[in-house]
Formats: sequence, C-alpha cells, structure tokens
Amino acid sequence: MIPELGHFALALAVALGLAQAILPLWGAYRRDARLMEAAPALAVGQFVAMAISFGALAWSAVVSDFSVLNIAENSNSMEPLIYKITGTWGNHEGSILFWCLILTVCGAAVAAFGGNLPSSLRARVIGVLGAAGVGFQLFALLESDPFVRLSPAPLDGRDMNPLLQDPGLAMHPPILYTGYVGFAVPFAFAVAALLEGRIDAAWGRWVRPWTLAAWCFLTGGIALGSWWAYYELGWGGFWFWDPVENASLLPWLTGTALLHSALVVEKREALKVWTVLLAIGTFSLSLSGTFLVRSGILNSVHAFANDPARGVFILALLGLVIGGSLLLFALRAPALAATGIFAPVSREGALVLNNILLCSIAAVVLTGTTYPLFADLLLGEKLSVGAPFFNATVFPLAIPLFAAMSFGPMLAWKRAALAPALMKLWWAALVAAAVGLLAAGVLRAALLPALALAASAWLILGAFADIAARIALFRLPLPASLRRLTGLSRSSFGTTLAHAGLSITIAGIAAMSLAQSAIVLVHPGEVAHVGGYDWQLVDLHDRAGPNYAARVATIRISRAGHPVTVLAPERRSFPVQQINTTEAKISTNLLRDLYAVLGEERDGGAVLRLHVNPLAPWIWLGALVMACGGLISLADRRLRVGAPSRRRAGSAVPA
Amino acid sequence: MIRLALALALFLAAAPAFAISDPNEALPDPRQEARAVAIGQQLRCLVCQNESIEDSGADLARDLRHIVRQQVAAGKSDREVIAWLVARYGNFVRLRPPFELSTVLLWASPALAVAIGGGAALVAWRNRPAPPPPLTTAERDRLRRLLDT
Amino acid sequence: MNRRLILLAPFAAVLVAGVGFLAMLEREQEGKFDPRGVPSMLIGKPVPDFTLPGDPGFAASDLRGRPILVNFFASWCEPCIEEAPALMQIKASGVVIYGIAYKDKPDATAAFLARHGNPFARVAHDAPGRVAIDWGVTGVPETYLIDPQGIVRWRYVGPLGPAAISAELTPLLRRYA
Repeated sequence: MIPELGHFALALAVALGLAQAILPLWGAYRRDARLMEAAPALAVGQFVAMAISFGALAWSAVVSDFSVLNIAENSNSMEPLIYKITGTWGNHEGSILFWCLILTVCGAAVAAFGGNLPSSLRARVIGVLGAAGVGFQLFALLESDPFVRLSPAPLDGRDMNPLLQDPGLAMHPPILYTGYVGFAVPFAFAVAALLEGRIDAAWGRWVRPWTLAAWCFLTGGIALGSWWAYYELGWGGFWFWDPVENASLLPWLTGTALLHSALVVEKREALKVWTVLLAIGTFSLSLSGTFLVRSGILNSVHAFANDPARGVFILALLGLVIGGSLLLFALRAPALAATGIFAPVSREGALVLNNILLCSIAAVVLTGTTYPLFADLLLGEKLSVGAPFFNATVFPLAIPLFAAMSFGPMLAWKRAALAPALMKLWWAALVAAAVGLLAAGVLRAALLPALALAASAWLILGAFADIAARIALFRLPLPASLRRLTGLSRSSFGTTLAHAGLSITIAGIAAMSLAQSAIVLVHPGEVAHVGGYDWQLVDLHDRAGPNYAARVATIRISRAGHPVTVLAPERRSFPVQQINTTEAKISTNLLRDLYAVLGEERDGGAVLRLHVNPLAPWIWLGALVMACGGLISLADRRLRVGAPSRRRAGSAVPA
Repeated sequence: MIRLALALALFLAAAPAFAISDPNEALPDPRQEARAVAIGQQLRCLVCQNESIEDSGADLARDLRHIVRQQVAAGKSDREVIAWLVARYGNFVRLRPPFELSTVLLWASPALAVAIGGGAALVAWRNRPAPPPPLTTAERDRLRRLLDT
Repeated sequence: MNRRLILLAPFAAVLVAGVGFLAMLEREQEGKFDPRGVPSMLIGKPVPDFTLPGDPGFAASDLRGRPILVNFFASWCEPCIEEAPALMQIKASGVVIYGIAYKDKPDATAAFLARHGNPFARVAHDAPGRVAIDWGVTGVPETYLIDPQGIVRWRYVGPLGPAAISAELTPLLRRYA
C-alpha cells in the first residue's frame, strides 16, 4: 500500500509540476496576476507530493518491504537502520527520485524566500523550475520507477555494496545532489531573465545567495567524496581524475566562476550576458554530470543500470533543457544591453581573468573527459586520458589563477592601478617565493608541488593582507583597526575565508607529493621503518562485525622510541555480497596522516601498506573552510537581501 | 553519487582491486624503483576503470608492473618501456596520450580555451558601450521643458 | 563577427555534442561502440613469436597453412563455460581451433576440458601469462583468427556466441579459406 501511495504521489507531482510550468509562465506572459500568484502554492504542493513519494520509498526500506524490487535489490534486513535509510539514495532509481525531491525543495525555497522578488520574475523562476522538474519526474515515473513490485517477494534483500556502508558516504549523495540541483535556481533565474528581457543589479543580488548556497553544498559534497575515497578505497589517493569525479568538478569550476561574475552584475551591471550563459552552463554541466554518467556512454561500468533506452530518454531530456535554454539565450541575449564600463585593470578586470581561467580549466577537464569518446566515434582511435594529462594541463592554468587571486580583492572597482596593490603584497610575494624555494631546496619537492606550495602561501597571505588593508592595520592605532574589523561586512570575511580555504587545500594537495609509503611484509613482533616512524606489527586477530567478519592487524607506531599511536587496519568479508574490503586506518595530528592498510597474509606474516602523508587532512579542511566562507557570505546576503532590499527592489524594478 | 558510482565501478570491474601489492615486487635500487613507478603511473590498468597499473590490484596490472620493472632493470629507457606496451595494447594503454594528429585538439585545449576566452573578452572590450556623451545645450533645454510640464 | 552568431555558438556546440552522444548511444546498442574496449594491435600483423609447452603444445610457426582460431581460455573463467558450446559447434563445422590456457594449472585445464568438451586440436599452457601479453590479451576468453600465412585477421573479446559467429567469423573464414 505504501509503495503504491509513493507511486501515486510521484504521478501527482508530475501533474502539479505541469501546472507549475504552464500557469505561472503563461500568467507572466499575459501579465495575469492571479495566474502568477498560483506559482508559490504549486511549488509547495509539488514539494509535498515529492516528499510523500520519497518518504514512501524510505519507509519501504526501513520496514524491509522486499516485495518492492528496488528494496529487495539494494537492502537487507540485517543492515543497520541508518544504511537502510541512506540506501534509498544509493541506487539508480532511488537516487533519481531523490534528485527530483531536491529540485522541488529548490522550487519551494524560492516560493518561501522569494517574497521580495517582483511577481513576474518569481512566477517565471518557479515556472522554469517546475518545467525542469516535470521532465525528470517523468523519467523516474516512466523509465526508472522505484516502486515496481516483485512477486513472489524474496525472504531477504541482496544488501547494499559494503563499500557504501559508511557514514561519510551515506551523507555524500544528499550534499552533492543539493549542490548539483541547487544550481537549478540560478539557471531558472537566468532563463526567467531571458524571458523578461532584462537584467539589472537587483537580479545579480537575488541570484548570488542561491548560487552561493549551491556552491557551498557542491564544495562540501566533492570534498566528502574525495575524503571517502582516501580512507575507504585504501590506496591513499584522494582524486583520480575519474570521469565521474570530473563530472562533479565541472559544475564546481563554472559555478565558482558564476559566483564571481554575478558579483560584477550586482555591483557594476556588467558581464550580464556572460553571467546568464554561465548560469545556464553550470546547471547544464550538473545535469550532464548526474545523467550522462548513468546513460552508459561516459563509461559503461559506472552506469547504475546500463539500459540504452534510458540513455536515449535522458539524452532527449538533456537536449530539451540545455538546448532549449541555449536557444532562448541565442534569441534573447542580444536584448540584454551591457551598461557597466570598466578598465582592464580593475576589480572587474580581475574577475574577468578569474572567469577566463576557471572556464578554461573547465574546458580542459571537459575536453579530456570526453575526448576518448569522440576520438573513438569520429576517428576510430582508442585513447585513454588520465591523471598525467590532467595534472600536466590543469596546473599550468591554475597557477596564474592563484597568482591573480590575491590581487583581485585589492583592486578598486571600475579603474585601478596595479602599483598600490603590488605595494600591499610585496611581502606576501617574498614569503611565497621563500616557501617555494624552501620546498624545492630542503624538502626536495618537484617543480609543480613547490610552485603550488608557494601559491598556497601567497594566497593565504594575500587573503590576510586584504583584511589588513581594509582595516588599515599598522596605519591606524590598533583599537581603531579592531573597530574597523568588527565593522567589516560578512561577505568580505567570507571572501577572505574562502580564498584562505583554497590555499589550505592547495597546500594539502601539494604536500601529498612529498608523501612516503612502503609495502612491507612483517611478522608479528617485527618493525618496519617508513617515513621516519617505526611501525611494529603487534598481532593479527579475528573480529566479528554486525554483517561481516574482520581480520585485524594491531600496529604500534613510535618515533625515536616515543610511542605515537596504535592503528588497527582491517580486512572485512561480507558473506551476503561475497565481497572483501580493506579498512584503512588513519591517525592524524592535522600536520600529517599515518595511514595503514592490511593486505594478504603469508607465512604467518602480513603484507602492510604504510603511508606517511604530510598535511593530507588540509585537503578536506580547506574545502570545509571554503564552504564556511560561503556560508558566512550567505549570512551577510540574508541581511542585505532582507528588509532594506525589499524597498530597493520595489523602486528599482518596474512592475 | 559520484563516489557511489565509482565504488560500484571498482567493485564490478575488479573485485580483487583492493589486494595489496607484493613487497617483493619493488626493485632493490630505489632510483630504478622510482623510475618504474613514474612509468607505471602513466600506464592504464587495462581491466580497470581509469586506474594506473601502479594503483591497481588486478592480476594483469601486476604482470605489467613486473614487466616494467624487468625492463627498467635491464636498462631500457622510459620511452622504450612505454613503446613496448603500446606495441601490444595501442595508445589505449597510455593515460597520457601522445601528441599526434589525433590528439592535437586535446593537447591544444588549454591554449585554445584561454585564447577563446581572452579573444571574447577583447572583442567585448572593444565593443564596450561608449560612456554617454554630456548633454548638448539643446538637449538640456528640452529636458528642462519636459521636467517643467 | 556578427554578435548574434557568437551568441548562437553555445547552442551550436551543444547541438553537435548531443548528436555525437546520440550516435554513440545508437552504436553502443548495435555493439559497434565500446569506449572501454582495448583495441588489438595485431590485426593485419603476423602472430607474435612464441613457443608454449603443453600436450603437445605449439609455437607461432605451427599457425600456418590453413585458417586457425586461437582461443585463450582458463578453467577458472566462467564466461569460458558459456562459450564452450559455441566452440564445439565451430569445431564440428571443420575449423581448427588451438587453445591457450591462460594462468591455469594443467590438471585444472584437463578437468575443465573433460567436463565442458574439448574443442581444441592442440592445447598449450601459458601459466605465467606472458605470451598472452604479447598478443595484447586483457582477459579470457579471447579468440583470434589466423590466416594461412600466419597473419592475425580478427579478434573477439568475450565469449563467442551464435551471433558473432554468423555475422563476423563465418564470412572471414570463407575469405581466408
């Protein structure tokens, strides 16, 4: 009964979505206030229907209703409750349903927080979100129905892949999805602006918080996924330039560019056409990322269900959403007159450079990811494009980006001079050069890691130099500077923090190249010396887990005779799925990770893979700081988008 | 979700991919071993998804690692070792594709992207709207008349 | 350049990419497009030189004088069981098949052939799997067609089935007979 209710609610969501797509857009076109007023209620209604639908699936998983095919294939009665719940978005059908749910959350959020938008803009934004939602709900309903029944019902389910039974990964899809789908809102704003035929500073001000929110989630989602790969996959890597990873990086890169270009729209009413294109492009990349991965084209093995019929449906849907919006862009963008004028050396100019470089990196990643496919299709050439290519092409583009990042915030809007900014940053440049030389000379880092470490120092010092300049540190008496500090807007703190976060991540990534590792065969009692630490294998024993059996190695780690920590890496075997996994164990002090993996056992000894990874946790710590920077900016936005801007919005935007 | 799919892929493609390499695999000379690792990281594990043979626990990857080390120990150059593998598996085995006619667009993509971006910015800057000229006396008079009425 | 044309460029790019992806999907359905497939470097080239032990085993020089199928298999390989009936059928039609047991123990190979039928005129053992690497084999089963001059003409990855036999193998056998 419950699954049927979910199925019905999904169908209801499609119906409501159709109404949400048609009525407000028609109303905005005919300037019919009543039809436009229907938009928020429809959006909330669609959200409620989707929530019921997804709730029904989650409920079926919780009560282990194996008469539902999806639950029987992906769940198990012995599974801990949390994984029963998180398992609902851990498979193809459930994840599509979840995706649709988030999209309706976006619609409902615009309905709830969009009270200060002009009614025609709000109606159009909600209508566009509804139209996009309908397509994907139809896909769920027609091509990947999660509520299909199975008769006779099996006694137990097949269980979830044990690799996915992990708290970090359980929370990864919701966060990443919210990031992906969150870019639907800027997209809808962009399409609505094209329909309206006008964009102004207010538009930039409305779009930015939504972009910022989606960006924070996407940053968090990517970081969480990378962290999971680091501790769960067990070979110490954190980013593999895998097509699936690239699919999440692409919208992040263009989304970051969008964040900065929307700022120019808001402050200076320039870059309007470009910002609209970026908003459309970012959501298009999100869509392609989530869906092309499933269509079976990108790489067959990754596809949840490799069904070409689904692939064609998805492609048609993508063509409609992406192609339709870009066609609209081609037709209507000429109407968006540029107004803001700026000199090449100015804050705007720096942000343009930021956009060019970020989008160039995105273009390279996109080219590298899809090149083998097109080379095969058009030239019949079988090629692979992997990490060595991306490392060789992306970093040379990233270094000038980092170099410019510290300058940008120092430049004035409209017209600036380089010399004063240089004067504020000479000491940062000096320290950065010293860091780079030190890394290359003393730590024997290779050229790129040394450059990256220098860039990291440059960025973090630049971020603080920016704050110092704003509060006139050392130029005014200290109390006056502190007063200025408390008076700074949250968004400038947010910028500083986000830039500092990136610097922390870069340092972590660069330091990974200095990691030391070894594969050793040791017997209980023996000691291996790796990376300046003594790793003693104390014993090997068995342990029973809830749905697995584990073999555990106890390793006592010391340095120069002083005990450091004890690690107990495991090898687990899951009987239901007949899968073995390795559980790496990590001990961190935030400056380095000690990382141990247990391999096979031979002649009473065990093969261990031992790593010492300097600064490794900084990679994800930096991402966290970046996301926090975004959230702080967002808090600022809320203050400014609130009451005061309602007044402004009323006067700035003609009804 | 990306990770989910990645995990699924790993588990489908090579169940024993989590096996650890054998400590005896490594060459005794650390310089040669480092070279072997550097070569291995550019070679694709043919039965896995987008992993290098150095990262993979698959059987074939282990054999290829072994071959790379044999050849490095025998004094072959990096280029020769890679050519040996390309002769058997084609350019598909290289994670870093060679610069050839068929990969020109790939390797030119960074320069092309920057050139297109810079070009577009330049075009936009050249076509920037002129700052509005100051009002002429006639216009100012007209404005005053409009405001008065 | 016309500004409108520039603004149309993103749409055009996406259109081209979309058509490309559609073509990939269609070819994938027809089995003509496999982005993960490892290409064979041997097609049109002579068989790489080798000599493998067995009962009686064979060498590269034995693969001459008539079209011969060389099948890499293993007793531990499940798709090889699936493939067994197809190979028996090819043998029944008079085509000579040589087998190379990949990373297998001779006893296990013998037991496998006893249970699922032995389609091979000769079986050689490649226990270390080095000859397979010279052939560019990435897994078992894999099948190669060698023409009377000892040139590799065709390779098939995965278990042979009636469809591949009638569509690909039979016409080639006729041509090189």
